[in-house]
Amino acid sequence: MDENGKKSLAMVVMSGDMDKLFGAFIIANGAAAMGMDVTMFFTFWGLRALKKNVKTGKTFFGKMLGAMYGGDIMKANPSKFSFGGMGRWMFGKMMGKHNVQKLNEMRDLAVQLGVNMYGCQMSMDVMEIPQESFIDGVQEPVGVGFFLLKAQNADIQLFI
Amino acid sequence: MSDETKIDLELDLKGLLCPLPMVKVSQNINNVPVGGVIRAVATDPGAMADIPAWAQSTGNEVLSADKEGSEFVFLVKRVK
Repeated sequence: MDENGKKSLAMVVMSGDMDKLFGAFIIANGAAAMGMDVTMFFTFWGLRALKKNVKTGKTFFGKMLGAMYGGDIMKANPSKFSFGGMGRWMFGKMMGKHNVQKLNEMRDLAVQLGVNMYGCQMSMDVMEIPQESFIDGVQEPVGVGFFLLKAQNADIQLFI
Repeated sequence: MSDETKIDLELDLKGLLCPLPMVKVSQNINNVPVGGVIRAVATDPGAMADIPAWAQSTGNEVLSADKEGSEFVFLVKRVK
């Protein structure tokens, strides 16, 4: 339980895979709806899920990473059957047919439901993805100590 | 029972998938007074498990959860 006596969920989102991001946001939104305090700590490949569709990178390698792993959450490919973007298109069609929300809509809903999303400061520095590249509603970056404190007091801890 | 219960709010959750039926109920529960009742109609079979779980977790009450054809009809009472 957190300081307000609410149940809480603490989640690391390391993956940038489409399927895993779906899982992460469905769980986060469900938990928020159930009245839980939700922390999502985005690190490494997960950081793009917080980004606007803007270019990132300062150094040569940073810019290269920004070019090869750029865009925003809608660029996420499935972990299987990626086929250089075909898989994303196919799953998008299938999900659209079943009326599943898109990833960006799920993320907007998470902001609306008060889910606390944080970028990992160290991976942001290493990958040269600054806070300014994130959507509104993302909290200021934190480190692992902050996450561990949240996780220590949480009722559910997940690593995705 | 549904004939006698006073409905304070009708929610159309048809076509919405997990976790949205539960999310919509939670977003609307404060739009009825304490003791008030929401009547929600969903088409996602998962809601049959999710909405009672939501109620248990948030301390509200599901008065009834019925399958009517391809629809699932819930009467949810705001307890606090």
